[in-house]
Amino acid sequence: MIESILDNNLITFLILLVSVGALVGLFIGLSVFLGPKRTSKVKDSPFECGWIVTTDAWRPFPIKYYLVAILFIIFDVEVAFLYPWAVSFGNLGMAGFISMMVFLAILFVGLYYAIKKRVLDWR
Amino acid sequence: MTAFSSFLFNYLNGVTANVYEPVSVATRAAEVWAHEPWLAIGWLALGMAVMLGFLVVIGMGLIYGERKIAGHFQCRLGPMRVGWHGLLQVIADTLKLLVKEDVVPAKADKVLHVLAPVLAIMATLLALAIVPATPWFQLIDVNIGVIYVTAVGSIGVLGVLIGGWSSNNKWSLLGAMRAGAQIISYEVSATLALLIIVLFAGSLQLSTIVESQADGWWIWRSHLAGIVAFFTFLIASTAELNRTPFDLPEGESELTAGFHTEYSGMRFAFFFLAEFINMFVASAIAATLFLGGWMPFQIAGLDGFNAVMQAIPPGVWFAVKTGGLIFLLMWFRWTFPRLRIDQLMGLEWKFLLPVGFVNLLFAAVLILMGWYFAPIPA
Repeated sequence: MIESILDNNLITFLILLVSVGALVGLFIGLSVFLGPKRTSKVKDSPFECGWIVTTDAWRPFPIKYYLVAILFIIFDVEVAFLYPWAVSFGNLGMAGFISMMVFLAILFVGLYYAIKKRVLDWR
Repeated sequence: MTAFSSFLFNYLNGVTANVYEPVSVATRAAEVWAHEPWLAIGWLALGMAVMLGFLVVIGMGLIYGERKIAGHFQCRLGPMRVGWHGLLQVIADTLKLLVKEDVVPAKADKVLHVLAPVLAIMATLLALAIVPATPWFQLIDVNIGVIYVTAVGSIGVLGVLIGGWSSNNKWSLLGAMRAGAQIISYEVSATLALLIIVLFAGSLQLSTIVESQADGWWIWRSHLAGIVAFFTFLIASTAELNRTPFDLPEGESELTAGFHTEYSGMRFAFFFLAEFINMFVASAIAATLFLGGWMPFQIAGLDGFNAVMQAIPPGVWFAVKTGGLIFLLMWFRWTFPRLRIDQLMGLEWKFLLPVGFVNLLFAAVLILMGWYFAPIPA
């Protein structure tokens, strides 16, 4: 049983995760331990080119970033969907090719629509 | 100890005969687990030690290289004072950063502020584990290697976003939002470019993809499709790395330092290190998928030339290809001016993405018709 787990690289991955985490934690711990700790009100305020900070930075942000995120989700899920198709493309032949091209054509219409709607114009 | 000696024998034989059987460290450990559990643990421990050592060497080497190359591009010498030609400069810098104060701003979200660089560096290090550096050293070799790289690599953007948001600083927030928008946009093109090679090789496993290039690298064998995919990947990964033609998230002249404005000491160093390791991972993946990984350069018909090329160990081939790509990325930095944000988004969504799709169509037609250069029969 353990061989199959090792063969799946899972254990190695977990060991690596733990050892990398330990290394990173060690260095951060060391720097906290070795470094000085001197606080003051001005020093702990956010950097604002020397001006006195008046407002919080956590406030509503332009919607265009949100639109890019939505587009990203559409296209990235679609690319993730293409991966199994790409691996088995040799066996699928013409049928696989045509069905995927229909799918891509529909997506392409979507991209064209987004461009025409000036979603990506970054005004 | 029989496994060690037989491994050594096989390796030395492999160097002369160029017959390699790619075995990841995980598989090697699994093979000997049943009868020699301590040897398996030894393999794993050795793998981890080499991995972490590799990490430090790459990180420091790349930072030194970047400073030296940047210096020479500008007719300067770069670091010269600490050690011979400044070789110890990076170690001195690391020590300095280690004893610097670790500032967490009073208004910041403290937990996320501490967590962000850890997340950024962990993601890059886990991506590093799958890079097939040589046939006999690849830490883990999963059968969904390409997906693993893109999935683990894209956790890094979370580190950037969390770091910028949790600082509660306007520059940080702006930098993080730009970085997020830019990285996720170019992620689509990068994965599309990798998809072309998956299509040709018919596998997601990195060692299998390297083996499929024994008769020729995919960049040559796939007519134009591989070359277009290679350049798309190069541009997209430069953007994902926030390197200079696309360094809006950290544009010093407008955003102080972007998302890591509020970071100091070791946690700043981790953001920095993550960026350099990412550069190595991107170059290594490009070298593995497009330029044949550790496969030597061969020209059909020139037997003498091929024999000389085969005598060079695979690790050297991998290092040369990856190093060349890293140098190219550093060269970009001193050649191209920074893009504007609308140009950046336009380049991805209106140029690279359509080109990537057309290229995919082209590659699919090539494979369907069998028009790519097939292995030459011996």
